[in-house]
Amino acid sequence: MEGAVAYESDLNLKATELRLGLPGSNESEKQTLLSVKSNKRASPEMAEECRSKSNSSISDAGNDGREAAPAAKAQVVGWPPIRSYRKNSFQTRKKDEETTGIYVKVSMDGAPYLRKIDIKVYKGYPELLKALEEMFKFTIGKYSEREGYNGSEYEPTYEDKDGDWMLVGDVPWDMFMSSCKRMRIMKGSEARGLGCTV
Amino acid sequence: MNYFPEEVLEPVFDFLSSNRDRNAVSLVCKSWFRVDRWSRQRVFIGNCYAVRPERLIARFPRVRALILKGKPHFADFNLVPHDWGGFFYPWIEAMAKSYSGLEELRLKRMVVSDESLELLSRSFPNFKSLVLVSCEGFSTDGLAAIAANCRLLRELDLQENEVEDHRGQWLSCFPDSCTSLISLNFACLKGEVNLVALERLVARCPNLRSLRLNRTVPLDMLQKILLRAPQLEDLGTGSYVKDPNSEPYIKLVNTVLNCKSVRSLSGFLEVSPHCLPAIYPMCLNLTSLNLSYASGIRDTDLIKLIHHCWKLQRLWILDFIGDEGLEVVASTCKELQELRVFPSDLYGVGNAAVTEEGLVAISKGCLKLHSLLYFCQQMTNAALITVAKNCPNFTLFRLCILDPTRADHLTLQPLDEGFGAIVQSCKGLRRLSLSGLLTDQVFHYIGMYAEQLEMLSIAFAGEGDKGMLYVLNGCKNLRKLEIRDCPFGDAALLMDVGKYETMRSLWMSACEVTLGGCKVLAKKMPMLNVEIINEKDQMEENLDDSLKVEKMYLYRTLDGPRRDAPDFVWNL
Repeated sequence: MEGAVAYESDLNLKATELRLGLPGSNESEKQTLLSVKSNKRASPEMAEECRSKSNSSISDAGNDGREAAPAAKAQVVGWPPIRSYRKNSFQTRKKDEETTGIYVKVSMDGAPYLRKIDIKVYKGYPELLKALEEMFKFTIGKYSEREGYNGSEYEPTYEDKDGDWMLVGDVPWDMFMSSCKRMRIMKGSEARGLGCTV
Repeated sequence: MNYFPEEVLEPVFDFLSSNRDRNAVSLVCKSWFRVDRWSRQRVFIGNCYAVRPERLIARFPRVRALILKGKPHFADFNLVPHDWGGFFYPWIEAMAKSYSGLEELRLKRMVVSDESLELLSRSFPNFKSLVLVSCEGFSTDGLAAIAANCRLLRELDLQENEVEDHRGQWLSCFPDSCTSLISLNFACLKGEVNLVALERLVARCPNLRSLRLNRTVPLDMLQKILLRAPQLEDLGTGSYVKDPNSEPYIKLVNTVLNCKSVRSLSGFLEVSPHCLPAIYPMCLNLTSLNLSYASGIRDTDLIKLIHHCWKLQRLWILDFIGDEGLEVVASTCKELQELRVFPSDLYGVGNAAVTEEGLVAISKGCLKLHSLLYFCQQMTNAALITVAKNCPNFTLFRLCILDPTRADHLTLQPLDEGFGAIVQSCKGLRRLSLSGLLTDQVFHYIGMYAEQLEMLSIAFAGEGDKGMLYVLNGCKNLRKLEIRDCPFGDAALLMDVGKYETMRSLWMSACEVTLGGCKVLAKKMPMLNVEIINEKDQMEENLDDSLKVEKMYLYRTLDGPRRDAPDFVWNL
């Protein structure tokens, strides 16, 4: 990709380039560029987390090294030129995004009343399914892309933004979180039908 | 010279709304000067240290509306130390004694204390409008005083201020007799407000046209407010979070259908994307949309929203709209005049959210575009040249590449040609911000072509003094020049010292300018204040003149060095 070529030439221009960060911070800049290439699919939240964790030290966020700290760039005072009010409100909002829950109704076939859960609390499908199992006292089968949930007469489903009933687990977790309106744990033959649809 | 009695001249001068015109007529003769002087109601002071308040009052004794700006623009980006100045109190103290008829005040980047707000609230019986932009130094106590004492208040507009929130009852301080509010914006406040008082206030102000809530106002309250004020034209939502199956949300959907006048929408600091469909009916008539704080609206939700907004003239968004999203904007928003794309990822790592492709798409689709602020990861000369060709009407062009010295990512050349094309094509360009890898050549182009340029912001650019000289020599209408981290030195600074008297101000930080050079300038130009900001502890008198100056801010003034400068500011 042309990005890599730009990166190499950037090295040549370093001699005439005005210094941006601390001396010796070249290395992290390289890492930063690299992480840009490989991190394209990282969710913004991950990048933000990385930023808030590694404020002024040149270190990775302790994750899988993909998120090399952007510290070198972060140290240029007043760059990018954004009003401090706006910058500060990002920090606050990050905290808020962490605290506002996404509550969805969960119905279970045969149960007398519905429950409500905050799906934001869970980090992924396994956690969510386990919580549902505990809440409604049942077991969910094993998920596979081809066959849905095998090994139990229950299938977790959800209604998405378009009003369609979907099998839980097909789409990435983030997408599920943002599109799930409500959930229904289907039982028996109806559930089977869903699992067999290609 | 015809001699009209002054009573005849005054209503004639009333028709002159532009202060430039009024300045011109006041030079014609003593009589005209007098008439203008006594009838001038609106004054704009772009630098609060250019004149002392007493001089303003002496010159224009009957001012009703004042606009004051304090700190230099780069203070927005933490380049100016906290206590540098820009204090409002001396102004209000002087005006309280002399301007009984003051009605409107608009302050930007000033330090406003609660004390000054209290004095303001008690001193002007006709006071109607207070607009504070990017100010600091006050708390909700000061707002309480305004609410309580300004009987005829029509407008209280707080934009992006740092306000100390005492979580008091400032909103409840509006008396029951206050029914005159037209505009209320408290979006920047962090604390809770009394929701009952808010609803009652909205209910008793039938002329309320603009209301911007803060993040603590929940969606239920939004629905109640819209029910009371279906006439609203400008709405800023508070917390827009709810279960879309809940009753408050369903009520909101119906209430919105009745709000047919909303033309401007903002807020969404907290948002449940599922709840956005409620506002789709509003989108059809929107001319202004600010989603630049709505980090919760992304991807398909954002695109769907934009699809409804085909009358949009102003759009502020975050860069995760992406290039594809900008293409949607380009094909949907044919009336777009102003676009601002802010970075969501402040340190330039991770998602390459928008690139030159998004900008080119916009330029192809939005032919009425004249104002741009664009934060992006990368740019090319070819893209800028295309944009310049498609949109020759730019008056404001601010491009910020997150890596400030990044070259054209395809050719690896500096971006001189791209920006050169912009200044050459956009003959009405008044404000320009540069970024990316740039040599002196770009300044050559700017000096040659940017005839209408009034404000120029430069960072990490140029090769030597020539660059700055091109600009100073070429841009005849230049008023504000701000430079950081460029290799411009004394030779450039001192070449044409008279130029600075034609400008409002010059800022230079982390450049090659020395203490000696600044001293020479200060000596030659007594009508300028040359301020050196030196935050390190080097307060000795006999500092070496060859010392490079950290930050220099110079501005023309009628009243000499200011008396409120803190220790770290030296006026030469």
